[in-house]
Amino acid sequence: MEENNMTAHYDLVLIGGSAGSIQIILKALQPLLPGNFAVVIVLHRKPSSDSTLIDIFGGKTALRVKEADEKERIQPATVYIAPADYHLLIEKDGSFSLDDSEKVNFSRPSIDITFESAAEVYGSAAVAILLSGASIDGIEGLQKIKTRGGLCIVQDPDTAEVDFLPRQALLSIRPDHIARPDEIGRILNGLNRKPA
Amino acid sequence: MQQQNIRDEEVELLLNDLIEIYGYDFTGYSGASIKRRISRLVLLDKFPSFAELRYRLISDKNYLARFIEEITVNVTEMFRDPSFYRTLREDVLPVLATHPFIRIWHAGCSTGEEVISMAILLQEANILHKSRLYATDINPLALQKARTGIYPLSLMKQFSENYIQSGGKKTFSDYYTAKYSLAKFDDSLKENITLSTHNLVSDWSFNEFQLIVCRNVLIYFNKELQDKALNLFDHSLERFGYLALGSKEQVKFSSIGHKYIQLNNKERIWKKIT
Ligand SMILES: C[S@@+](CC[C@H](N)C(=O)[O-])C[C@H]1O[C@@H](n2cnc3c(N)ncnc32)[C@H](O)[C@@H]1O
Repeated sequence: MEENNMTAHYDLVLIGGSAGSIQIILKALQPLLPGNFAVVIVLHRKPSSDSTLIDIFGGKTALRVKEADEKERIQPATVYIAPADYHLLIEKDGSFSLDDSEKVNFSRPSIDITFESAAEVYGSAAVAILLSGASIDGIEGLQKIKTRGGLCIVQDPDTAEVDFLPRQALLSIRPDHIARPDEIGRILNGLNRKPA
Repeated sequence: MQQQNIRDEEVELLLNDLIEIYGYDFTGYSGASIKRRISRLVLLDKFPSFAELRYRLISDKNYLARFIEEITVNVTEMFRDPSFYRTLREDVLPVLATHPFIRIWHAGCSTGEEVISMAILLQEANILHKSRLYATDINPLALQKARTGIYPLSLMKQFSENYIQSGGKKTFSDYYTAKYSLAKFDDSLKENITLSTHNLVSDWSFNEFQLIVCRNVLIYFNKELQDKALNLFDHSLERFGYLALGSKEQVKFSSIGHKYIQLNNKERIWKKIT
């Protein structure tokens, strides 16, 4: 909470989760005002459910929602969804790349991979949120975000449908916020730079 | 698996060594991915640090093949994205069948699952006998595996499901012989396949084709290198030939985009129109 001072600014918000995260993400996106950051969602799920996720989130938020295309430049006020069955990485020039290498923590997309590459590029301008989930994927990535000075949020395990991931995360990381679902959107809106 | 922290400058050094010593140029690859592969290799081959990996690569030319094998991503499966193969069956092969002789190029064929899938499609369409399939990859060790046509039996369940979803009507297990934990694909499928190394970065066109398949290779390249590879394909493709890419890859925004129309808006298959 101390790190989150008035001058910090954020360009990228990362959200990772698996089982039981969709409702939480909807709740977090609903109150979001289009601002200066982009949102990247990495969700464990069965392949072939891409368009459904875009349908689920699209229109439920004031931000544009789309699948992350390879080599696409990240734009503010946009929600990007990591496509099923590819890892999503972030390049130094702020564009996405996709990679179909081996699964990590039994997952592709892996939350760790996206969080780690975002930490390298965005450093203290990154925000990472870990939600409900049944694996440990995301914890190393969250650590990397923390080490590089980014803002870390973990869903309050008592409110998680599957509390394994947030509980495990809290064993090794002290996040800036432990948030209930209805708090996440408010925290994010607070991070948007006020117009000058 | 905890990744080692490697700096961008170190990656750059290593990639320059590769060019100078071995003539392999990976500088046009997507940076984040290649960096991850290098960190992974440091761990995998138990180098104490990046410096030892670099030293090994510089001083031991036998390590090069291992390096290429692990730096490239060779993940593949038979009938990957079944709906893609269904479109080939229904919309592309009937047109190819009208040619007296069919030439197909699989660029980045990895361990061969993709090209064997194609041979099965061609056989089922009764045109395998008049087809030649050129399957190439930068990775010699992957090609060695492709050459055997032998895969773990444990993968057959997935491959067979994909096959059925792609519109396959036969019994998939008729295409291979199971022995212990391995499945060996029928030699008749391999007769018309030519396997060889070919580097999309540095090697040029070697024939003219009616169909070029290059899936999940361009995602590893930056925009410039993608464009270069697409130009190579364009150069190697007959007029009215087909170009098939991976499910996240695009022709549209490249310098050859205006010469191609997409077959349908779901599958990444384009027809060359001029
Ligand atoms: C992920 S595999 C794709 C295999 C198959 N086409 C598929 O989609 O399932 C990518 C392949 O591209 C090959 N590759 C990478 N760089 C290459 C290059 N410069 N020239 C030729 N092949 C390359 C790799 O060795 C690897 O086998």
